[in-house]
Formats: sequence, C-alpha cells, structure tokens
Amino acid sequence: MPLTPEDIAHVAMLARLGLSDEERSRYGAQLDAVLEHMTRLNDVDTSPVGETAQVGELVNVWREDISQPSLSVERALANAPAREGDFFRVGAIQE
Amino acid sequence: MSFTGGTVAASAAALRDGGVSPQELLTEARAQVERVDAEVGAVLTPTWELAERQAADAQRRLREDPGAASPLCGVPVALKDVLCLEGVACTAGSRILEGFHPPYTGTAVQRLLDAGAVVIGKTNCDEFAMGSSTENSAYRPVRNPWDRSRVPGGSSGGSAAAVAAGMVPYSLGTDTGGSIRQPAALCGVVGFKPTYGRVSRYGLIAFASSLDQIGPFAHTVEDCALVYSAIAGHDPRDSTSSPTAVEDPMEALRAGIAGMRLGVPHEYFGEGLEPGVRLAVEEALRVLEGMGATLDEVSLPSTGAALSTYYIIAPAECSSNLARYDGIRFGMRKEHDALLQMYLDTRGSGFGAEVKRRIMLGTYALSSGYYDAYYRKAQKVRTVIAEEFAAAFERVDALVCATSPTVAFPLAAREDPLSMYLCDVLTLPVNLAGLPGVSLPCGMADGLPVGLQVIAPRFQDARALRVAHAYEQATGWHRTRSPLVAAAAA
Repeated sequence: MPLTPEDIAHVAMLARLGLSDEERSRYGAQLDAVLEHMTRLNDVDTSPVGETAQVGELVNVWREDISQPSLSVERALANAPAREGDFFRVGAIQE
Repeated sequence: MSFTGGTVAASAAALRDGGVSPQELLTEARAQVERVDAEVGAVLTPTWELAERQAADAQRRLREDPGAASPLCGVPVALKDVLCLEGVACTAGSRILEGFHPPYTGTAVQRLLDAGAVVIGKTNCDEFAMGSSTENSAYRPVRNPWDRSRVPGGSSGGSAAAVAAGMVPYSLGTDTGGSIRQPAALCGVVGFKPTYGRVSRYGLIAFASSLDQIGPFAHTVEDCALVYSAIAGHDPRDSTSSPTAVEDPMEALRAGIAGMRLGVPHEYFGEGLEPGVRLAVEEALRVLEGMGATLDEVSLPSTGAALSTYYIIAPAECSSNLARYDGIRFGMRKEHDALLQMYLDTRGSGFGAEVKRRIMLGTYALSSGYYDAYYRKAQKVRTVIAEEFAAAFERVDALVCATSPTVAFPLAAREDPLSMYLCDVLTLPVNLAGLPGVSLPCGMADGLPVGLQVIAPRFQDARALRVAHAYEQATGWHRTRSPLVAAAAA
C-alpha cells in the first residue's frame, strides 16, 4: 500500500523534520520502494520465536547509587546555541 | 627507512630499538596527509598540535620504561568523526553538529590515549554513519586510494582510506551493518568488528545502539588484534558492555587453523556476487583447505530477509537516537520565536537526505498501526537469524565468505537508496546477531581489492582473528599497498 502525501506529512511531523514539498514527494517514492522490499520479512515464519531487542545477553545491570563527578554547568553549557545565565535559552513553547 | 604504509608492529619495534621517534612518525604521517589528502578527503579535522604534545609525551614514556609502554605508544592514529575526543570538533559528518566540541572523551579513545597514542585527526564518514560509500558526508566525499574515481565504501570510509593511503598505520571506525568491514574490503586493508558488547560505546555518537560497535582498521590482522586488546573490556559507563574477561588474541594468533572446521554459507554465494569477487573468495577457500581446515557447506536460510530486518531495526533506533539533535543544547540551531518551528527548521536543514530518509523510515515503522507489521516482526526475524547462526556454529568453528558482493564502485553510481543498502547484504546479518567479523584482503579483481570475511561465534573474537591471521600469513595479500603508498616510497 503506497504512502499517501498525508502519511509522509504525518511522519515528518512526528519526527520534527521540516521538509519541502519536493523532499516530501521524493522521500515518499523512495520509502515506498524500500517498504516494498520489506515484505520479505513475511517470508520468515516467526510464529515459534520471541522478539530480540538486543543481543547483549545482559539483563538489569545494577550499580551502587553513589554520586560521582559529572559535567560542570559551564562545560554542559559550552556548546549551547543560546544561553541565559545557567540555562539553555529557547523560543516560546506556547504561542 | 620510511614508515609510510607500514604496520603498527613495525613502528612499535622501531620505537624501541631507536630506529624512529614518535615525532618522526608524526612528521611522516603529516607529510603523507599533506601530500595525498587533497585528493582522498579522509581527514575532516586534523589535530596536529595535540599530536605534537602526545608525541612528546610518548617519547618520554618510551625513554623511561620501553618495556612497560603499550605497542601503541607513540604510533599515529586517526579516529572516525563519530568518536568523542574532549575539546576536538566532532561532526559525525553532519551539518547539524557543526561547531560541536565534545565536553568529554569516549572510553575506546581514552584507552588509546592511556596507551600513548598520537591522534592525528578525525576522519570523514557518512553522516551519522549512515551509508556504504561515504558520499553521505555533509562535508565532502572520500575517494578510494586505489582509484580516486571510486568510493572507499562506508560508512567509515575516511578511516579505511587513511590507512590504505598510508597516512596512519591504524585507525578506529564503527560498524553498525558493515561500516568497518565493507570499507576495509573496498580499500584493501584489514577491518575488525568485535562482538557486540566487547568495546564500550560510551562517547560514540549513537546510530543504532543495539548494533553499533567500535573497531580497528590496519594493514595486518596482528595490528588489529593489538588495537582490539587495547580498547576491549568492560566499562561501567556502557551498560551493554560485557563484564566477561577478554581473551588474549595475540596468543590465539599463533595457533594456526589445522583441524578447524570452517563453514561456507551458501546463501552468501548468490547471484549478486561479482564474478571477480567470487573467484578471489573461492581461491581463498582452497588456501584455507590447503592449510588443514575442513570446509563444510552450511545454510543460513533467512539471509534473504536480513536486509529488510536491518533496515527496519536500524532506522527505528536511529529515529529515536537522533531525536536529541533539537537545536537546544548543542550543535546547529535555526533560530525561531516558536519552539516547534525551530525544531522543524533546525532538523529539516541540519540533516542530509539519507539521515532524513532513515528517520522517516524508522518513525514510520514505530508509529501506531505499523509497529506490529514492521518493528515487532523485524525483531522476531532477528531472533531467527541469530538462531540460524548459532545452529551453524554447532557444526563449524567459524564462517568464511565475501565481505562485499562487489569491489569499489564509481562515485554517484548508486543514487537509489535500495541499491546502496544492498552493499551490506553480507555484513549486516553479523550485526543483527552481535557476532565478531573480520574483513581482510584476499586478492584483486579488475585492479581493485577484494575482501574475505571471517565470522565467529559471540565472544570468539580471538578465533575470528586467528583464522584471518593464518590466511594472511599464508598468502601475503596484506603486503599489497595502494598506489598512493607506492608513490610516497618512490
């Protein structure tokens, strides 16, 4: 089932990607082709198996709750595009 | 004596017998970068001042106690530009990280620094390590040192080309679906992706966290083993790093392969394999047999679904990981009064086409209504793929096959995303199962290098290196060098 322009616009908004009209139509066609290939997933019988989210075999890695040195405020803010005092400065969240 | 195009082991020996100093190695590395990198494009950010200080420090360590110094002490290295080194610009090949200076150093890099490494710079790569040709770098493409009209592979193309062009004897890259092994194959060097969990990912800019792994490029398997020994091991700062003890690979290298059972997965010898690649790999199989290994055909029936599995799981993880590039705490920001518009403008203009495609694909696969059909299904196929490898390893000790179905291809030859994704069809199943894999040179086709891939069970990294080393020592393909190295020696 091909992606509609509405699907592409919806996904782009979910991902917070501002796309041009040209990008939306190009990526839409390319994603259609890739998703068509993905139907090969259905060639594999997965009824007897569970999902693999990670292959590390580790479960619940614990450590003692001990405070340790971490980034200073100055170093954490050093890459900020805009700051005000000890804060990151951003535009209005609500209109 | 020139060390351009030389090995880590040769540099380490000469540093100890007084044949060369760290400063001299650095001077040679810099001369080669300045001579050839304008046409290769491997180094994004050189770090010559830092390297000078590190060379002086290494010199002092080697003079005070040469026996205690690591084999990497005083030897130049280049780092893929997704690995954080405090205070040195780190772009991940993306405009969105332009101007970003990491406030800390990642664990693998720190372990090299502790060993006395001399870092000459950060290497070019596909944006956020997404690609198979390094053409997705937002800065410039990398060109193959064997033929500058062709790609070096990717995504760690800069790290592979830097070694192949003789700029450094070794480098670090990262491998999520083949991004170390495939460029190693296309550039005629050795590349090693360790078992998932062996090398800490702390300080690695994340692409797909369940698949990413850091590893070395070098001219020999022994050099890769030396680097692996230095960077592998548990790190409490990466909760997926394994606490199990790391086997000494140097010991294993000496063991040879007589009596070993090697599996040949027949799905990996399908029609997509170029005739020249097939020829070189089949010849390599005969060599391994001649050395006393037994070859057994094995089947990995779900190989055909691995590409689809990977291109659901990796983009899904990337769409989540790359949410952090929001223009607020670091990197680029397209200023706007309203926050939402700032997000859209920053991410829309900061990311390149392939990154945007993968974020879209991953977001779609995770979105309501499609999650079960794509993401959950892919995770189940991942289980099947891992179980098929495990079943094969009950019969054989390791698997051998081609690394890349093709030799290096011309720039701009694969504009269609799916044709580019097919580059990794022989490497990405290894990441899905978390296995160690080596690629090493096994011949030439049309004047371009061909790579042989050795795959071992989880945590049998030393065994993968052992098979690769035995083949390499028996054939000598590791002594071939790109024309850019030969020209330096002339």
